[in-house]
Amino acid sequence: MKAAERSLLESPVLAPAPTPFSDTEIARVRSEFPILKERPHGKPLVFLDSAASSQKPIQVIDAMDDYYRRYHANIHRGVYHISELASEAYEEARAKIGRFIGARDAHECIFVRNATEGLNLVAYSWGRHHIQRGDVIVLTEMEHHSNLVPWQILAQEREAELRFVPVTPDGLLDLGGLDDILDSAKLFAFTAVSNTLGTVNPVKHLSARAHAAGAIAVVDGCQAVPRMPVDVADWNCDFMAFSAHKMLGPTGVGMLWGRKELLDAMPPFLSGGGMIKVVNLTSSTYASVPARFEAGTPAIAEAVGFSAAVDYLAALGMERIHQSESRLATIALRRLAEQSNITVYGPPMEQRTGVISLTVGDIHAHDLASILDSEGVCVRAGHHCNQPLMEKLGVPATARASFYVYNTVEEIEVFIAALDKAKRIFKIA
Amino acid sequence: MKDIAGMDELYRDFILDHYRNPRNAGTLEHPDASFEDVNPLCGDKIRMDVSVRDGAVADVRFRGRGCAISQASASLLTEDIKGKSLAEVERLNADDVVANLGINISPARLKCALLGLKVLKHALALEYQPTEEEKAYPDGQPS
Repeated sequence: MKAAERSLLESPVLAPAPTPFSDTEIARVRSEFPILKERPHGKPLVFLDSAASSQKPIQVIDAMDDYYRRYHANIHRGVYHISELASEAYEEARAKIGRFIGARDAHECIFVRNATEGLNLVAYSWGRHHIQRGDVIVLTEMEHHSNLVPWQILAQEREAELRFVPVTPDGLLDLGGLDDILDSAKLFAFTAVSNTLGTVNPVKHLSARAHAAGAIAVVDGCQAVPRMPVDVADWNCDFMAFSAHKMLGPTGVGMLWGRKELLDAMPPFLSGGGMIKVVNLTSSTYASVPARFEAGTPAIAEAVGFSAAVDYLAALGMERIHQSESRLATIALRRLAEQSNITVYGPPMEQRTGVISLTVGDIHAHDLASILDSEGVCVRAGHHCNQPLMEKLGVPATARASFYVYNTVEEIEVFIAALDKAKRIFKIA
Repeated sequence: MKDIAGMDELYRDFILDHYRNPRNAGTLEHPDASFEDVNPLCGDKIRMDVSVRDGAVADVRFRGRGCAISQASASLLTEDIKGKSLAEVERLNADDVVANLGINISPARLKCALLGLKVLKHALALEYQPTEEEKAYPDGQPS
Protein backbone atom coordinates (compact mmCIF):
# COMPACT_ATOMS: atom_id res chain seq x y z
CA MET A 1 0.00 0.00 0.00
CA LYS A 2 1.29 3.44 -0.88
CA ALA A 3 1.89 5.90 1.97
CA ALA A 4 -0.70 8.30 0.55
CA GLU A 5 -3.36 5.58 0.50
CA ARG A 6 -2.52 4.59 4.04
CA SER A 7 -2.83 8.12 5.35
CA LEU A 8 -6.15 8.44 3.54
CA LEU A 9 -7.43 5.26 5.20
CA GLU A 10 -6.29 6.53 8.56
CA SER A 11 -7.83 9.93 8.01
CA PRO A 12 -10.21 10.87 10.85
CA VAL A 13 -12.78 11.94 8.24
CA LEU A 14 -13.44 8.27 7.49
CA ALA A 15 -15.37 6.00 9.83
CA PRO A 16 -13.33 4.88 12.84
CA ALA A 17 -11.74 1.43 12.72
CA PRO A 18 -14.26 -1.24 13.71
CA THR A 19 -14.01 -2.30 17.34
CA PRO A 20 -14.63 -5.72 18.86
CA PHE A 21 -18.00 -6.19 20.56
CA SER A 22 -18.34 -4.86 24.09
CA ASP A 23 -19.29 -7.18 26.94
CA THR A 24 -22.79 -5.69 26.86
CA GLU A 25 -23.14 -6.42 23.16
CA ILE A 26 -21.95 -9.99 23.58
CA ALA A 27 -24.37 -10.44 26.49
CA ARG A 28 -27.22 -9.29 24.25
CA VAL A 29 -26.11 -11.60 21.44
CA ARG A 30 -25.89 -14.52 23.88
CA SER A 31 -29.40 -13.85 25.14
CA GLU A 32 -30.64 -14.38 21.58
CA PHE A 33 -29.23 -17.91 21.27
CA PRO A 34 -31.62 -20.22 23.16
CA ILE A 35 -29.20 -23.16 23.13
CA LEU A 36 -26.71 -21.25 25.27
CA LYS A 37 -29.04 -21.79 28.23
CA GLU A 38 -28.45 -25.55 28.01
CA ARG A 39 -26.32 -27.19 30.70
CA PRO A 40 -24.66 -30.37 29.40
CA HIS A 41 -23.52 -32.54 32.35
CA GLY A 42 -24.84 -29.75 34.59
CA LYS A 43 -22.24 -27.27 33.32
CA PRO A 44 -22.81 -24.10 31.26
CA LEU A 45 -22.51 -24.85 27.55
CA VAL A 46 -19.21 -23.51 26.21
CA PHE A 47 -19.61 -23.95 22.49
CA LEU A 48 -16.24 -23.78 20.74
CA ASP A 49 -17.13 -25.72 17.60
CA SER A 50 -18.69 -23.07 15.37
CA ALA A 51 -16.24 -23.83 12.56
CA ALA A 52 -18.07 -27.15 12.25
CA SER A 53 -21.54 -25.64 12.61
CA SER A 54 -22.67 -22.49 14.39
CA GLN A 55 -25.59 -22.12 16.78
CA LYS A 56 -28.77 -20.28 15.72
CA PRO A 57 -30.26 -17.05 17.07
CA ILE A 58 -33.95 -16.85 17.87
CA GLN A 59 -34.44 -14.57 14.84
CA VAL A 60 -33.47 -17.42 12.49
CA ILE A 61 -35.56 -19.99 14.34
CA ASP A 62 -38.55 -17.61 14.37
CA ALA A 63 -38.25 -16.77 10.66
CA MET A 64 -38.48 -20.45 9.74
CA ASP A 65 -41.26 -21.06 12.23
CA ASP A 66 -43.19 -18.09 10.86
CA TYR A 67 -42.81 -19.38 7.31
CA TYR A 68 -44.21 -22.78 8.22
CA ARG A 69 -47.04 -21.29 10.27
CA ARG A 70 -48.13 -18.56 7.87
CA TYR A 71 -47.07 -18.94 4.25
CA HIS A 72 -45.68 -22.36 3.42
CA ALA A 73 -46.41 -23.38 -0.16
CA ASN A 74 -44.35 -24.54 -3.08
CA ILE A 75 -42.63 -21.73 -4.91
CA HIS A 76 -42.84 -20.62 -8.56
CA ARG A 77 -45.81 -22.97 -9.07
CA GLY A 78 -48.95 -21.73 -7.35
CA VAL A 79 -50.84 -18.64 -8.42
CA TYR A 80 -52.41 -18.29 -5.00
CA HIS A 81 -51.46 -15.77 -2.37
CA ILE A 82 -49.34 -17.82 0.04
CA SER A 83 -47.38 -19.38 -2.82
CA GLU A 84 -46.59 -15.90 -4.03
CA LEU A 85 -45.50 -14.94 -0.53
CA ALA A 86 -43.23 -18.00 -0.36
CA SER A 87 -41.78 -17.32 -3.83
CA GLU A 88 -41.10 -13.70 -2.89
CA ALA A 89 -39.41 -14.67 0.36
CA TYR A 90 -37.25 -17.23 -1.45
CA GLU A 91 -36.16 -14.77 -4.15
CA GLU A 92 -35.61 -11.99 -1.62
CA ALA A 93 -33.38 -14.38 0.31
CA ARG A 94 -31.38 -15.09 -2.85
CA ALA A 95 -30.91 -11.39 -3.59
CA LYS A 96 -30.02 -10.50 -0.01
CA ILE A 97 -27.52 -13.32 0.48
CA GLY A 98 -26.04 -12.46 -2.91
CA ARG A 99 -25.56 -8.81 -1.92
CA PHE A 100 -23.98 -9.99 1.34
CA ILE A 101 -21.12 -11.61 -0.61
CA GLY A 102 -20.83 -8.84 -3.18
CA ALA A 103 -22.69 -10.52 -6.05
CA ARG A 104 -23.74 -7.97 -8.67
CA ASP A 105 -26.63 -10.05 -9.94
CA ALA A 106 -28.98 -12.37 -8.02
CA HIS A 107 -29.07 -14.64 -11.08
CA GLU A 108 -25.50 -15.60 -10.27
CA CYS A 109 -26.60 -17.03 -6.92
CA ILE A 110 -27.70 -20.65 -6.84
CA PHE A 111 -29.24 -22.22 -3.77
CA VAL A 112 -27.63 -25.57 -3.01
CA ARG A 113 -27.76 -27.89 -0.01
CA ASN A 114 -24.36 -26.82 1.28
CA ALA A 115 -20.90 -25.82 0.07
CA THR A 116 -20.15 -29.47 -0.71
CA GLU A 117 -23.03 -29.59 -3.17
CA GLY A 118 -21.96 -26.24 -4.64
CA LEU A 119 -18.45 -27.52 -5.29
CA ASN A 120 -19.83 -30.76 -6.73
CA LEU A 121 -22.06 -28.71 -9.02
CA VAL A 122 -18.99 -26.99 -10.43
CA ALA A 123 -17.07 -30.28 -10.70
CA TYR A 124 -19.92 -32.12 -12.41
CA SER A 125 -21.28 -29.37 -14.64
CA TRP A 126 -18.39 -27.03 -15.49
CA GLY A 127 -15.81 -29.77 -14.91
CA ARG A 128 -17.30 -32.44 -17.12
CA HIS A 129 -18.01 -29.85 -19.80
CA HIS A 130 -14.47 -28.45 -19.88
CA ILE A 131 -11.93 -30.89 -18.42
CA GLN A 132 -10.46 -33.24 -20.99
CA ARG A 133 -7.82 -35.94 -20.86
CA GLY A 134 -4.46 -34.54 -19.74
CA ASP A 135 -5.89 -31.25 -18.46
CA VAL A 136 -4.54 -29.86 -15.22
CA ILE A 137 -6.58 -29.21 -12.06
CA VAL A 138 -4.78 -27.41 -9.24
CA LEU A 139 -5.76 -27.69 -5.57
CA THR A 140 -3.95 -26.97 -2.31
CA GLU A 141 -2.79 -29.38 0.37
CA MET A 142 -5.08 -27.72 2.92
CA GLU A 143 -8.41 -28.42 1.23
CA HIS A 144 -11.35 -29.83 3.14
CA HIS A 145 -12.36 -33.19 1.68
CA SER A 146 -15.33 -31.44 0.05
CA ASN A 147 -12.93 -29.44 -2.14
CA LEU A 148 -10.70 -32.43 -2.82
CA VAL A 149 -12.74 -35.56 -3.45
CA PRO A 150 -15.01 -34.10 -6.22
CA TRP A 151 -11.87 -33.10 -8.15
CA GLN A 152 -10.26 -36.51 -7.57
CA ILE A 153 -13.32 -38.17 -9.06
CA LEU A 154 -13.35 -35.75 -12.01
CA ALA A 155 -9.63 -36.25 -12.60
CA GLN A 156 -9.96 -40.03 -12.52
CA GLU A 157 -12.92 -39.95 -14.85
CA ARG A 158 -11.24 -37.63 -17.35
CA GLU A 159 -7.66 -38.80 -16.86
CA ALA A 160 -6.79 -35.28 -15.86
CA GLU A 161 -3.78 -34.32 -13.76
CA LEU A 162 -4.14 -33.10 -10.16
CA ARG A 163 -1.49 -30.75 -8.82
CA PHE A 164 -1.21 -29.33 -5.32
CA VAL A 165 0.05 -26.08 -3.89
CA PRO A 166 2.08 -27.26 -0.88
CA VAL A 167 1.59 -26.15 2.73
CA THR A 168 4.51 -24.95 4.87
CA PRO A 169 5.09 -26.42 8.36
CA ASP A 170 3.51 -23.18 9.66
CA GLY A 171 0.30 -24.02 7.86
CA LEU A 172 0.59 -21.35 5.16
CA LEU A 173 0.36 -21.94 1.44
CA ASP A 174 3.83 -22.15 -0.08
CA LEU A 175 3.36 -19.80 -3.01
CA GLY A 176 6.97 -19.89 -4.23
CA GLY A 177 6.30 -22.19 -7.18
CA LEU A 178 2.68 -21.17 -7.74
CA ASP A 179 3.02 -20.03 -11.34
CA ASP A 180 4.81 -23.27 -12.28
CA ILE A 181 2.14 -25.35 -10.61
CA LEU A 182 -0.57 -23.33 -12.38
CA ASP A 183 1.15 -23.61 -15.75
CA SER A 184 -1.46 -24.70 -18.37
CA ALA A 185 -4.05 -25.40 -15.63
CA LYS A 186 -7.76 -25.12 -16.42
CA LEU A 187 -9.05 -24.84 -12.89
CA PHE A 188 -7.64 -23.79 -9.51
CA ALA A 189 -9.81 -24.66 -6.50
CA PHE A 190 -8.77 -23.44 -3.06
CA THR A 191 -10.17 -22.51 0.30
CA ALA A 192 -10.29 -18.90 1.50
CA VAL A 193 -9.71 -20.00 5.11
CA SER A 194 -8.38 -23.34 6.36
CA ASN A 195 -10.94 -25.15 8.50
CA THR A 196 -8.19 -26.94 10.42
CA LEU A 197 -5.52 -24.29 10.97
CA GLY A 198 -7.49 -21.09 10.49
CA THR A 199 -5.04 -19.88 7.85
CA VAL A 200 -6.41 -16.96 5.83
CA ASN A 201 -5.35 -17.35 2.20
CA PRO A 202 -4.72 -14.41 -0.17
CA VAL A 203 -7.78 -15.12 -2.33
CA LYS A 204 -7.45 -12.08 -4.57
CA HIS A 205 -3.84 -12.93 -5.37
CA LEU A 206 -4.63 -16.61 -5.97
CA SER A 207 -7.51 -15.71 -8.31
CA ALA A 208 -5.26 -13.33 -10.23
CA ARG A 209 -2.54 -16.00 -10.63
CA ALA A 210 -5.16 -18.52 -11.75
CA HIS A 211 -6.47 -16.12 -14.40
CA ALA A 212 -2.95 -15.26 -15.55
CA ALA A 213 -2.45 -18.99 -16.18
CA GLY A 214 -5.75 -19.24 -18.04
CA ALA A 215 -7.49 -21.16 -15.25
CA ILE A 216 -10.76 -20.39 -13.50
CA ALA A 217 -10.68 -19.77 -9.75
CA VAL A 218 -13.06 -21.78 -7.53
CA VAL A 219 -13.18 -20.66 -3.91
CA ASP A 220 -14.40 -22.66 -0.92
CA GLY A 221 -15.83 -19.82 1.14
CA CYS A 222 -17.24 -22.00 3.94
CA GLN A 223 -15.01 -20.66 6.71
CA ALA A 224 -14.54 -17.15 5.32
CA VAL A 225 -18.11 -15.95 4.69
CA PRO A 226 -19.23 -16.48 8.32
CA ARG A 227 -16.36 -14.52 9.83
CA MET A 228 -15.08 -11.75 7.58
CA PRO A 229 -16.34 -9.33 4.95
CA VAL A 230 -16.43 -11.16 1.61
CA ASP A 231 -16.77 -9.52 -1.78
CA VAL A 232 -16.60 -11.88 -4.75
CA ALA A 233 -16.14 -8.90 -7.08
CA ASP A 234 -13.04 -7.84 -5.17
CA TRP A 235 -11.77 -11.43 -4.95
CA ASN A 236 -12.36 -11.61 -8.70
CA CYS A 237 -12.93 -15.36 -8.50
CA ASP A 238 -15.21 -17.38 -10.79
CA PHE A 239 -17.12 -19.57 -8.34
CA MET A 240 -17.55 -19.38 -4.57
CA ALA A 241 -19.47 -21.83 -2.39
CA PHE A 242 -20.58 -21.51 1.24
CA SER A 243 -23.01 -23.09 3.74
CA ALA A 244 -25.71 -21.39 5.83
CA HIS A 245 -25.27 -23.59 8.89
CA LYS A 246 -21.80 -22.24 9.63
CA MET A 247 -23.10 -18.64 9.65
CA LEU A 248 -26.04 -18.80 12.09
CA GLY A 249 -28.38 -20.23 9.46
CA PRO A 250 -30.08 -23.62 9.22
CA THR A 251 -28.62 -26.87 7.90
CA GLY A 252 -29.63 -28.04 4.43
CA VAL A 253 -29.03 -24.84 2.50
CA GLY A 254 -26.03 -23.05 1.06
CA MET A 255 -25.12 -21.02 -1.96
CA LEU A 256 -22.96 -21.29 -5.01
CA TRP A 257 -22.10 -17.97 -6.57
CA GLY A 258 -20.77 -18.14 -10.13
CA ARG A 259 -19.87 -15.74 -12.88
CA LYS A 260 -22.96 -15.33 -15.07
CA GLU A 261 -21.26 -16.03 -18.39
CA LEU A 262 -19.83 -19.29 -17.03
CA LEU A 263 -23.13 -20.39 -15.48
CA ASP A 264 -25.04 -19.53 -18.68
CA ALA A 265 -22.84 -21.91 -20.68
CA MET A 266 -23.05 -24.81 -18.21
CA PRO A 267 -25.23 -27.91 -18.61
CA PRO A 268 -27.56 -28.94 -15.76
CA PHE A 269 -26.18 -30.87 -12.80
CA LEU A 270 -29.30 -32.34 -11.16
CA SER A 271 -32.39 -32.48 -13.34
CA GLY A 272 -36.15 -32.71 -12.96
CA GLY A 273 -38.91 -30.26 -12.14
CA GLY A 274 -38.24 -26.56 -11.85
CA MET A 275 -35.16 -26.53 -14.06
CA ILE A 276 -36.83 -27.01 -17.44
CA LYS A 277 -38.32 -24.77 -20.11
CA VAL A 278 -40.09 -27.25 -22.43
CA VAL A 279 -40.26 -31.01 -21.85
CA ASN A 280 -40.97 -33.57 -24.55
CA LEU A 281 -40.97 -37.33 -24.04
CA THR A 282 -37.49 -37.73 -25.45
CA SER A 283 -35.85 -34.38 -24.84
CA SER A 284 -36.14 -31.11 -22.95
CA THR A 285 -34.85 -27.58 -22.98
CA TYR A 286 -33.61 -26.05 -19.79
CA ALA A 287 -34.45 -22.98 -17.80
CA SER A 288 -31.96 -20.16 -17.58
CA VAL A 289 -29.83 -19.69 -14.46
CA PRO A 290 -30.30 -19.90 -11.55
CA ALA A 291 -33.40 -22.10 -12.03
CA ARG A 292 -31.43 -24.46 -14.31
CA PHE A 293 -29.41 -25.54 -11.27
CA GLU A 294 -32.27 -25.80 -8.78
CA ALA A 295 -34.10 -28.97 -9.75
CA GLY A 296 -36.96 -30.04 -7.50
CA THR A 297 -38.58 -28.24 -4.60
CA PRO A 298 -35.79 -26.40 -2.84
CA ALA A 299 -35.20 -25.84 0.88
CA ILE A 300 -37.61 -22.90 1.15
CA ALA A 301 -37.84 -22.60 4.93
CA GLU A 302 -34.07 -22.95 5.11
CA ALA A 303 -33.59 -20.17 2.54
CA VAL A 304 -35.84 -17.97 4.70
CA GLY A 305 -33.75 -18.85 7.76
CA PHE A 306 -30.54 -18.24 5.81
CA SER A 307 -31.84 -14.78 4.92
CA ALA A 308 -32.57 -14.02 8.60
CA ALA A 309 -29.06 -15.19 9.49
CA VAL A 310 -27.57 -12.76 6.97
CA ASP A 311 -29.68 -9.96 8.45
CA TYR A 312 -28.35 -10.84 11.87
CA LEU A 313 -24.72 -10.90 10.72
CA ALA A 314 -25.08 -7.70 8.72
CA ALA A 315 -26.56 -5.90 11.75
CA LEU A 316 -23.56 -6.98 13.85
CA GLY A 317 -21.21 -5.98 11.04
CA MET A 318 -18.79 -8.43 9.42
CA GLU A 319 -15.73 -6.32 10.14
CA ARG A 320 -16.64 -6.19 13.83
CA ILE A 321 -17.32 -9.94 13.86
CA HIS A 322 -13.86 -10.46 12.41
CA GLN A 323 -12.32 -8.12 14.99
CA SER A 324 -14.10 -9.81 17.88
CA GLU A 325 -13.11 -13.27 16.77
CA SER A 326 -9.50 -12.18 16.28
CA ARG A 327 -9.51 -10.67 19.74
CA LEU A 328 -10.71 -13.92 21.32
CA ALA A 329 -8.22 -15.96 19.32
CA THR A 330 -5.38 -13.64 20.28
CA ILE A 331 -6.26 -13.96 23.96
CA ALA A 332 -6.68 -17.73 23.65
CA LEU A 333 -3.34 -18.13 21.88
CA ARG A 334 -1.63 -16.04 24.55
CA ARG A 335 -3.22 -18.03 27.38
CA LEU A 336 -2.38 -21.33 25.66
CA ALA A 337 1.25 -20.23 25.23
CA GLU A 338 1.43 -19.76 29.02
CA GLN A 339 0.45 -23.39 29.62
CA SER A 340 2.85 -26.31 29.66
CA ASN A 341 2.65 -29.28 27.29
CA ILE A 342 0.31 -27.65 24.80
CA THR A 343 1.16 -27.57 21.11
CA VAL A 344 -0.76 -25.16 18.88
CA TYR A 345 -0.71 -25.69 15.12
CA GLY A 346 -1.05 -23.15 12.36
CA PRO A 347 0.23 -19.72 11.41
CA PRO A 348 0.75 -16.62 13.56
CA MET A 349 -2.34 -14.59 14.48
CA GLU A 350 -1.92 -12.05 11.67
CA GLN A 351 -2.59 -14.79 9.13
CA ARG A 352 -5.34 -16.72 10.85
CA THR A 353 -8.92 -16.55 12.08
CA GLY A 354 -10.42 -17.76 15.34
CA VAL A 355 -9.71 -21.42 14.69
CA ILE A 356 -7.14 -23.07 16.96
CA SER A 357 -5.94 -26.65 16.50
CA LEU A 358 -3.96 -28.10 19.37
CA THR A 359 -2.70 -31.18 21.13
CA VAL A 360 -1.95 -31.63 24.84
CA GLY A 361 1.01 -33.84 25.80
CA ASP A 362 0.39 -37.41 24.68
CA ILE A 363 -3.37 -37.12 25.17
CA HIS A 364 -5.19 -38.20 22.06
CA ALA A 365 -7.54 -35.51 20.73
CA HIS A 366 -10.51 -37.79 21.19
CA ASP A 367 -9.74 -38.29 24.88
CA LEU A 368 -9.15 -34.58 25.25
CA ALA A 369 -12.52 -33.76 23.68
CA SER A 370 -14.24 -36.25 26.02
CA ILE A 371 -12.71 -34.61 29.08
CA LEU A 372 -13.54 -31.10 27.79
CA ASP A 373 -17.10 -32.29 27.21
CA SER A 374 -17.35 -33.33 30.85
CA GLU A 375 -16.82 -29.62 31.62
CA GLY A 376 -19.44 -28.51 29.10
CA VAL A 377 -16.80 -27.46 26.55
CA CYS A 378 -17.54 -28.53 22.95
CA VAL A 379 -14.56 -28.84 20.62
CA ARG A 380 -14.01 -30.83 17.49
CA ALA A 381 -11.55 -33.72 17.68
CA GLY A 382 -10.12 -35.63 14.79
CA HIS A 383 -8.76 -34.93 11.36
CA HIS A 384 -11.33 -32.22 10.52
CA CYS A 385 -12.05 -33.67 7.05
CA ASN A 386 -8.45 -32.85 6.28
CA GLN A 387 -6.56 -36.16 6.34
CA PRO A 388 -3.74 -35.29 3.90
CA LEU A 389 -2.92 -32.10 5.82
CA MET A 390 -2.83 -33.99 9.12
CA GLU A 391 -0.48 -36.55 7.58
CA LYS A 392 1.74 -33.70 6.46
CA LEU A 393 1.76 -32.20 9.97
CA GLY A 394 2.55 -35.66 11.34
CA VAL A 395 -0.36 -35.46 13.77
CA PRO A 396 -2.93 -38.27 14.01
CA ALA A 397 -5.66 -35.95 15.27
CA THR A 398 -6.02 -32.54 16.92
CA ALA A 399 -8.60 -30.87 19.09
CA ARG A 400 -9.95 -27.75 17.43
CA ALA A 401 -11.50 -24.82 19.24
CA SER A 402 -13.23 -22.17 17.15
CA PHE A 403 -14.77 -18.90 18.26
CA TYR A 404 -17.79 -17.01 17.00
CA VAL A 405 -20.06 -14.08 17.81
CA TYR A 406 -21.38 -15.52 21.08
CA ASN A 407 -18.10 -16.55 22.69
CA THR A 408 -16.56 -14.69 25.63
CA VAL A 409 -13.20 -14.22 27.29
CA GLU A 410 -14.61 -16.04 30.34
CA GLU A 411 -15.24 -19.08 28.17
CA ILE A 412 -11.55 -19.13 27.22
CA GLU A 413 -10.79 -19.50 30.93
CA VAL A 414 -13.25 -22.39 31.23
CA PHE A 415 -11.51 -23.96 28.24
CA ILE A 416 -8.07 -23.51 29.82
CA ALA A 417 -9.31 -24.94 33.14
CA ALA A 418 -10.76 -27.94 31.27
CA LEU A 419 -7.39 -28.48 29.55
CA ASP A 420 -5.83 -28.46 33.04
CA LYS A 421 -8.29 -31.11 34.12
CA ALA A 422 -7.26 -33.24 31.15
CA LYS A 423 -3.61 -32.86 32.10
CA ARG A 424 -4.38 -33.80 35.69
CA ILE A 425 -6.30 -36.92 34.65
CA PHE A 426 -3.51 -37.96 32.30
CA LYS A 427 -0.93 -37.08 34.96
CA ILE A 428 0.85 -34.56 32.78
CA ALA A 429 2.55 -31.62 34.46
CA MET B 1 -29.96 -40.87 29.83
CA LYS B 2 -27.43 -43.58 30.57
CA ASP B 3 -25.03 -42.71 33.33
CA ILE B 4 -21.72 -41.88 31.77
CA ALA B 5 -18.57 -42.58 33.69
CA GLY B 6 -16.85 -39.63 35.32
CA MET B 7 -13.60 -38.73 33.65
CA ASP B 8 -11.40 -39.82 36.57
CA GLU B 9 -13.14 -43.14 36.53
CA LEU B 10 -12.93 -43.46 32.75
CA TYR B 11 -9.20 -42.80 32.67
CA ARG B 12 -8.16 -44.99 35.58
CA ASP B 13 -4.50 -45.63 36.19
CA PHE B 14 -4.51 -49.07 34.60
CA ILE B 15 -6.10 -47.69 31.42
CA LEU B 16 -3.47 -44.97 31.19
CA ASP B 17 -0.85 -47.63 31.85
CA HIS B 18 -2.13 -49.80 28.98
CA TYR B 19 -2.29 -46.69 26.76
CA ARG B 20 1.29 -45.67 27.48
CA ASN B 21 2.76 -49.16 27.85
CA PRO B 22 0.68 -51.36 25.60
CA ARG B 23 1.07 -55.10 26.20
CA ASN B 24 1.91 -57.33 23.23
CA ALA B 25 2.84 -54.32 21.16
CA GLY B 26 4.46 -54.92 17.78
CA THR B 27 4.04 -57.40 14.95
CA LEU B 28 4.59 -61.13 14.43
CA GLU B 29 7.04 -62.24 11.78
CA HIS B 30 4.85 -65.04 10.42
CA PRO B 31 1.30 -64.48 11.64
CA ASP B 32 -1.38 -66.97 10.68
CA ALA B 33 -3.86 -64.14 10.56
CA SER B 34 -3.54 -60.38 10.29
CA PHE B 35 -5.86 -57.44 9.83
CA GLU B 36 -5.83 -53.67 10.14
CA ASP B 37 -8.71 -51.24 10.42
CA VAL B 38 -9.36 -47.60 11.23
CA ASN B 39 -12.06 -45.66 12.98
CA PRO B 40 -12.28 -42.61 10.70
CA LEU B 41 -13.95 -40.47 13.36
CA CYS B 42 -10.74 -39.95 15.29
CA GLY B 43 -8.19 -41.75 13.17
CA ASP B 44 -7.85 -44.68 15.60
CA LYS B 45 -5.93 -47.40 13.83
CA ILE B 46 -5.21 -50.95 14.98
CA ARG B 47 -3.41 -53.86 13.35
CA MET B 48 -3.52 -57.32 14.90
CA ASP B 49 -1.21 -60.24 14.10
CA VAL B 50 -2.26 -63.63 15.47
CA SER B 51 -0.60 -67.04 15.41
CA VAL B 52 -2.87 -70.02 15.96
CA ARG B 53 -1.85 -73.47 17.20
CA ASP B 54 -4.23 -76.40 17.78
CA GLY B 55 -7.26 -74.16 17.36
CA ALA B 56 -6.14 -71.70 20.00
CA VAL B 57 -4.41 -68.32 20.06
CA ALA B 58 -0.71 -69.08 20.52
CA ASP B 59 0.52 -65.52 20.24
CA VAL B 60 -0.77 -62.08 19.37
CA ARG B 61 0.74 -58.66 18.70
CA PHE B 62 -0.94 -55.39 17.97
CA ARG B 63 0.17 -52.06 16.68
CA GLY B 64 -1.93 -48.94 16.60
CA ARG B 65 -2.43 -45.33 17.26
CA GLY B 66 -5.40 -43.51 18.62
CA CYS B 67 -7.19 -42.62 21.80
CA ALA B 68 -6.48 -44.13 25.21
CA ILE B 69 -9.71 -46.11 25.16
CA SER B 70 -9.05 -47.81 21.81
CA GLN B 71 -5.39 -48.57 22.56
CA ALA B 72 -5.89 -49.70 26.16
CA SER B 73 -8.83 -51.80 25.14
CA ALA B 74 -6.80 -53.52 22.40
CA SER B 75 -3.92 -54.07 24.83
CA LEU B 76 -6.26 -55.65 27.42
CA LEU B 77 -7.76 -57.82 24.71
CA THR B 78 -4.40 -59.23 23.67
CA GLU B 79 -3.74 -60.26 27.28
CA ASP B 80 -7.17 -61.79 27.50
CA ILE B 81 -7.06 -64.01 24.43
CA LYS B 82 -3.68 -65.73 24.70
CA GLY B 83 -4.30 -69.45 25.01
CA LYS B 84 -8.03 -69.10 24.34
CA SER B 85 -9.61 -71.36 21.74
CA LEU B 86 -10.98 -69.72 18.61
CA ALA B 87 -14.45 -70.77 19.78
CA GLU B 88 -13.88 -68.83 22.98
CA VAL B 89 -12.57 -65.83 21.06
CA GLU B 90 -15.62 -65.96 18.82
CA ARG B 91 -17.88 -65.66 21.87
CA LEU B 92 -16.18 -62.45 23.04
CA ASN B 93 -18.49 -59.47 22.65
CA ALA B 94 -18.92 -55.81 23.55
CA ASP B 95 -19.85 -56.66 27.13
CA ASP B 96 -16.56 -58.50 27.63
CA VAL B 97 -14.61 -55.52 26.31
CA VAL B 98 -16.47 -53.13 28.60
CA ALA B 99 -15.98 -55.55 31.51
CA ASN B 100 -12.23 -55.61 30.77
CA LEU B 101 -12.16 -51.82 30.92
CA GLY B 102 -14.20 -52.00 34.11
CA ILE B 103 -16.18 -48.85 33.35
CA ASN B 104 -19.47 -47.67 31.96
CA ILE B 105 -18.74 -46.14 28.58
CA SER B 106 -20.65 -43.61 26.48
CA PRO B 107 -22.02 -44.71 23.09
CA ALA B 108 -19.66 -42.30 21.30
CA ARG B 109 -16.64 -43.95 22.90
CA LEU B 110 -17.90 -47.53 22.62
CA LYS B 111 -16.70 -47.84 19.06
CA CYS B 112 -13.22 -46.78 20.16
CA ALA B 113 -13.30 -49.54 22.76
CA LEU B 114 -14.53 -52.13 20.26
CA LEU B 115 -12.03 -51.44 17.47
CA GLY B 116 -9.53 -54.00 18.79
CA LEU B 117 -12.12 -56.76 19.05
CA LYS B 118 -13.44 -55.95 15.60
CA VAL B 119 -9.97 -56.13 14.06
CA LEU B 120 -9.19 -59.36 15.90
CA LYS B 121 -12.37 -61.06 14.71
CA HIS B 122 -11.82 -59.89 11.14
CA ALA B 123 -8.28 -61.24 11.27
CA LEU B 124 -9.51 -64.66 12.41
CA ALA B 125 -12.53 -64.57 10.09
CA LEU B 126 -14.81 -64.97 13.10
CA GLU B 127 -18.27 -63.57 13.40
CA TYR B 128 -18.41 -60.09 14.88
CA GLN B 129 -21.70 -58.73 16.21
CA PRO B 130 -21.77 -55.07 15.23
CA THR B 131 -23.42 -52.53 17.52
CA GLU B 132 -26.47 -50.67 16.22
CA GLU B 133 -24.31 -47.70 15.27
CA GLU B 134 -21.80 -49.89 13.48
CA LYS B 135 -24.69 -51.41 11.53
CA ALA B 136 -25.71 -47.93 10.40
CA TYR B 137 -22.15 -46.91 9.56
CA PRO B 138 -20.29 -50.13 8.69
CA ASP B 139 -17.22 -48.15 7.61
CA GLY B 140 -17.23 -45.96 10.69
CA GLN B 141 -18.92 -42.65 11.31
CA PRO B 142 -18.10 -40.35 8.42
CA SER B 143 -16.46 -37.04 9.11
